[in-house]
Amino acid sequence: MRQSLLSLMSGTLFGAGLAVSGMIDPARVRAFLDVAGAWDPTLAFVMAGAILPMALAWLIVRRRSTPIVAEQFHTPATSPIDARLMGGAALFGIGWGLVGLCPGPAIAALAIQPATALLFIAAMAVGAAIHRFAPTPRRSA
Amino acid sequence: MPEFFPHAMPLAGFIGGLMIGVAAAIMLLGNGRIAGVSGMFARVLGLSEGGAPWMTALLFTAGLPLGAALAAADVDVEARFPTSLGLIAVAGLIVGIGTRLGAGCTSGHGVCGLSRLSPRSIVATGTFMATGIATVTLMRLAGVVS
Repeated sequence: MRQSLLSLMSGTLFGAGLAVSGMIDPARVRAFLDVAGAWDPTLAFVMAGAILPMALAWLIVRRRSTPIVAEQFHTPATSPIDARLMGGAALFGIGWGLVGLCPGPAIAALAIQPATALLFIAAMAVGAAIHRFAPTPRRSA
Repeated sequence: MPEFFPHAMPLAGFIGGLMIGVAAAIMLLGNGRIAGVSGMFARVLGLSEGGAPWMTALLFTAGLPLGAALAAADVDVEARFPTSLGLIAVAGLIVGIGTRLGAGCTSGHGVCGLSRLSPRSIVATGTFMATGIATVTLMRLAGVVS
């Protein structure tokens, strides 16, 4: 129950932050990537603002053995750096650059531009399903 | 700043960024989970191996548009989408495959990973920033408008 409440709080604050910061606007996100055009540095300020509290959170994680309302921390491995990681990130960047949408803003934008956001999200779900069921070796780490 | 970049919103960006960071910190310190949207989304659809409890993933994901709606009731929120529906579908497909293959997106690798100084996330973020910039620049050179 407390985990559910915190999850909803986290998602809601996350979505509000995306809207307030302008990151729910694909044109603005794309303008950050448009270094040869009318570059918009807003995304860099968003990242700076987001990384500060999270850096503090990671320091607190080091001093705690368990999270506040769950049994243990589930933190992903920080290595190895392999072709799967780089290939996936490279692909993601191409899709991100094409339209200026990544998963968080696309889902949050359901509240603002439902039809277009849903199209992107449905396509993203198909992509995730292709990855899930494609006959390739699964990530080991 | 504004005289150089007339459209930038450094203050709103920083404040919204703080909200995102605190949201991710609540997920990490409260539930012990990474607030990575691509992973949570795949978990909701039953397309991930392991990951957060289903209800955690569902409520986090559902909170995103809820929070955006609450914010839009208080401040002006712009969402200028590209007009080409075909391009949006292709981009969504590529983002769906890429974020699963690379195990993260702007939230998981960008916000949660960079703040942890995770080598994987630093490389992933540098890589998707680079291909994102390359894609936008190539489209600009080719005269393609999204």
